[in-house]
Amino acid sequence: MNVNSNAYTYTFATVMVVVVAVLLAGASLGLKSKQENNVKQEKMQSILASVGVKVERSEAQANYDEVIKEVLTIRGGEVVSTDREIGFNVDMAGAIKAENMDREVPMYVANKGGENYYIIPLRGKGLWGPVWGFVSLESDGNTVVGANFGHKSETPGLGAEITTPMFTDQFPGKKISEAGLFQSISVVKQGTSTGDYMVDGISGGTITSNGVNDMLADCLAPYAEYFKNI
Amino acid sequence: MSTEVKTKESLFSKKNQQLLKDPFNDNNPITVQVLGICSALAITVKLEPAIVMSLSVMFVLSVGNVIISLIRNLIPNRIRIIVQLVVVASLVILVDQFLKAFAYDVSKQLSVFVGLIITNCIIMGRFEAFALGNGPWKAFLDGIGNSIGYGVILIAVAFVRELLGSGQLMGAQIIPLSWYIDMDKGTGFYANNGFFLFPPMALIVVGMIIWAQRAKNTKLIEEN
Repeated sequence: MNVNSNAYTYTFATVMVVVVAVLLAGASLGLKSKQENNVKQEKMQSILASVGVKVERSEAQANYDEVIKEVLTIRGGEVVSTDREIGFNVDMAGAIKAENMDREVPMYVANKGGENYYIIPLRGKGLWGPVWGFVSLESDGNTVVGANFGHKSETPGLGAEITTPMFTDQFPGKKISEAGLFQSISVVKQGTSTGDYMVDGISGGTITSNGVNDMLADCLAPYAEYFKNI
Repeated sequence: MSTEVKTKESLFSKKNQQLLKDPFNDNNPITVQVLGICSALAITVKLEPAIVMSLSVMFVLSVGNVIISLIRNLIPNRIRIIVQLVVVASLVILVDQFLKAFAYDVSKQLSVFVGLIITNCIIMGRFEAFALGNGPWKAFLDGIGNSIGYGVILIAVAFVRELLGSGQLMGAQIIPLSWYIDMDKGTGFYANNGFFLFPPMALIVVGMIIWAQRAKNTKLIEEN
């Protein structure tokens, strides 16, 4: 058999492509439900972590069902749905493309130790890819209780530091609005933050820090309208 | 390399041991062949991703080497590079899919580096230079040897960069916090060297390793 003939080369390429396609498609389909379940549990884990409930991924579902009392979907300051599944499954990447007041975005109402907390999902752009997170507010809809962030591909040691306590521990106690006027929380150059509306950014991770800054301003705004009325 | 004599030799004969050892020193993929520099720059800021990356490359390189070696007589010469690429890419995607389903936390750490494995020229280089002309067992050893040679340098660079750049190793603080300069209190004498967090320092560290290696082993020095 001449392995360098045209006919053989074409046949080899065709067979190779088909084999690889079947293999990869099979793996992708077969593992999909497991992968999606992992992603869902991780999301519940992050939602819980923002109000200080730290659980293993395998226990996330049970704790979520217990702590999260309501999932509201909000548009222009009004509640448009109270269905838990609809709220949980809102695609934030798509939702933030709309103007602030036209967005349908979810808010999780948690109850921990008799206190109500509001948990707000965030989504924005980092340096290399999307960044996201959750901010939880006290029942006054203003004071931050906790925040956590995630990212797809920020640089380890630089931008990726937004997920570490060094960055997120700055958030508790900060405020998002002043006398009813929405302020957001600014991420500023490391070592220069003062007051209730600023946190230090990551030195060497300026673009990621700016991304988080824009994300906070952009994603918190639609809720400020809702909090005015409570 | 393809003029290999078909005689029975033991699994760990002198020649086979050499396959494992060579990349470690005289034929190191990074410091001597200067391959895989891209990933050596990108993921050596911290020790942990460097270790995970080394293990992933070890898996992809050794398994890929065996696959290429098994089908080496079937691959049409003109499309062999494409075939090699397809093998690396599918292996990497399969690994990624399995990690996402069964070891989600590891997969999150790997995230961007998975793509870097595909572009790692050490892998294509070993497929082309070795697996195409040698049997599966030899190819497997060559894969393990080269990925260890790669991993050792990667981990060494990451060690230096994480220690000097952030004062930590594997995310744990090594430099005592009381050493750090505190402007308010006027205490301390130490500050992290932020420059180590940037890619150029990886090149400089790799350069120093090359320097040290060549100073010790003069036969590596090219004659001009």
